[in-house]
Amino acid sequence: MALPEVKQTATEARLATLTMPDAGCTRAAREDALARVLESGLPNRRDEYWKYTQPDTLVAPHAAPAAVLQDDESLIFDELDRLKIVFVDGVFTPEESDDLSLEGVVIDRLEDICCKDIHWAKELYGVLEARGQDPVQRPLAALNTAFATDGVAIHVTGKPSKPINLIYRHESPESDVVLHHVIRVEGGAEATILETGPAASRFNKCMEIDVADNGTLHHVRAQGRDHERRAATHMFTRLGQESVYKSFTLTVNGVLTRNEQIVELTGDDAVAHVAGACVGDGDFHHDDTVFVTHDAVNCESRQVFKKVLRNGATGVFQGKILVKAGAQKTDGYQISQSLLLDDDSQFLAKPELEIYADDVACSHGSTSGAIDETALFYLRSRGVPTKDATNMLTLAFLAEAVDEIEDSSLAEAIVSRLEGWLARRS
Amino acid sequence: MLEIKNLHVQLEEEDKQILKGVNLTVDAGKVHAIMGPNGSGKSTLSYVLSGRDGYDVTEGSATLNGEDLLEMEPEERAAAGVFLAFQYPVEIPGVGNMTFLRTAVNAQRKARGQEELSATDFLKEVRAKAKSLKIDADMLKRPVNVGFSGGEKKRNEILQMAMLEPKMCILDETDSGLDVDAMKLVAEGVNALRDEGRGFLVITHYQRLLDHIKPDVVHIMANGRIVKTGGPELALEVENNGYADILAEVN
Repeated sequence: MALPEVKQTATEARLATLTMPDAGCTRAAREDALARVLESGLPNRRDEYWKYTQPDTLVAPHAAPAAVLQDDESLIFDELDRLKIVFVDGVFTPEESDDLSLEGVVIDRLEDICCKDIHWAKELYGVLEARGQDPVQRPLAALNTAFATDGVAIHVTGKPSKPINLIYRHESPESDVVLHHVIRVEGGAEATILETGPAASRFNKCMEIDVADNGTLHHVRAQGRDHERRAATHMFTRLGQESVYKSFTLTVNGVLTRNEQIVELTGDDAVAHVAGACVGDGDFHHDDTVFVTHDAVNCESRQVFKKVLRNGATGVFQGKILVKAGAQKTDGYQISQSLLLDDDSQFLAKPELEIYADDVACSHGSTSGAIDETALFYLRSRGVPTKDATNMLTLAFLAEAVDEIEDSSLAEAIVSRLEGWLARRS
Repeated sequence: MLEIKNLHVQLEEEDKQILKGVNLTVDAGKVHAIMGPNGSGKSTLSYVLSGRDGYDVTEGSATLNGEDLLEMEPEERAAAGVFLAFQYPVEIPGVGNMTFLRTAVNAQRKARGQEELSATDFLKEVRAKAKSLKIDADMLKRPVNVGFSGGEKKRNEILQMAMLEPKMCILDETDSGLDVDAMKLVAEGVNALRDEGRGFLVITHYQRLLDHIKPDVVHIMANGRIVKTGGPELALEVENNGYADILAEVN
């Protein structure tokens, strides 16, 4: 079917600014992905899946300039022992990165894979993204697969002793970045991936994660504070039997952020938790779009998303649990909540359940509310000043999402970021 | 210490007069009890003194050691020494009980220009006081009042009072929802705080709490006013005959 003319024109205009890298073993996947983009066209405001978030600036031929935030706040996780992989405006920067060798994991740069004919990543690159296009099209992810200029392939074969931190530095106000990472966690292996930093003026990032039977992947992300940046990210995760995937994202400001999580539970007894906490102020738009598919027996999934919004900020949550026929004993949970600190902010939520099995427990809830006045009075009556009491209740509201982080030192780092935000803003 | 003069209060939302000229003086070192039928304005009085929103003071005054309470924010009243033990203590998911206590203690110290308690000193004190109220370590770790039984909530109120060492303690139906043993425990907690410098206003429906916390003065409140004041024997009279006789007498 031919695309509407507006969409066709916008898609062609964007494609005209991109060049497919010389891609070696990812070539075929990239060409397939380009074909998907051409078929679906890039999203526009008429698409149902983009009803609450305007994709115009994410699709435009060029990135709108975004100022780089100047402040003296130390980088998150700075005190923690981790393996650093630094991208400056989307380019892997070995001088700032650590030596990539670490026991239990093999890390390759995407560029190095591209010149090889055979590499494990070939079996993964673009594969989960392509699977994730059905039943909902995700053209920005396909665009990413086709044109990604950098990224890493992380092969987890054991239990590396420290987390791997992908650090995205934003230096040029004009930067327009497309990164693609692939991660394979072998059976029984376990790793923690951290992602931090504002990345770019416009950031399109795709991560494909394949967790084999009994594997575990923890993911903790802190999206940076550069106010004018825009980002569209996709995480495609496939889970084998008794495997575990736990992901948490903190977003502090950013004029536009769309984070998509597409999780497929394909092996029995697998566990997937995706969580997010975001705090937005003013000209801020944050969209969490989650799609969890249960396609095996006795799996557990949790979606926990909390947003604190003020001064006209907007939060969006589109979350779906799809339970396929035969995915009996599914335990699915989904909660999305916003704390609106004034009358100008808004939260738009679209929780969905689609269930084809008859022996499942799925629950979902979505709420929007102000600070609990009774609790506020209780704290104040004990001598806690209004500002501190409000901050305490705000942190308490976000706690359920932050509690999804298993590692206490990572959770503490996230809480201290949140405290910093609250202190600066109040 | 606490001086309430001709206090008139109505609800902010509707034109309904709740307190119609309350006069009450509580001296340091004294325990005053207020009894009265439902809807007489007892709880409203406690909320107005602690600064809860939703009430308009249309006439009269309330001062603590000469300071105008009604002009102060709730946190300022707390720092000045007012403490309200809530009839229904509020559950606050996500805020640890210990964090809450420490924040409150240090906020008040800061407001009074005192140095904050160190983590070790605070811990030592809270453990000792919790122990005497039979509050275990688990209750201190849990979120404020979340999943606490009725008795645990009330003991937690008394623990807060013990930690904050207020000058004027207002207890709003602290005995409600308590079994006999829990009531004894709460009363012991209150009695341990009785001293020369501290005043108490105990709001209750029943004489039984006053068996354990012996009042110096008993007031009967009805229809927004204090209609009768007497000694501890007044509470016994209510217990035996109900309010009907007293109300008939004053009308």
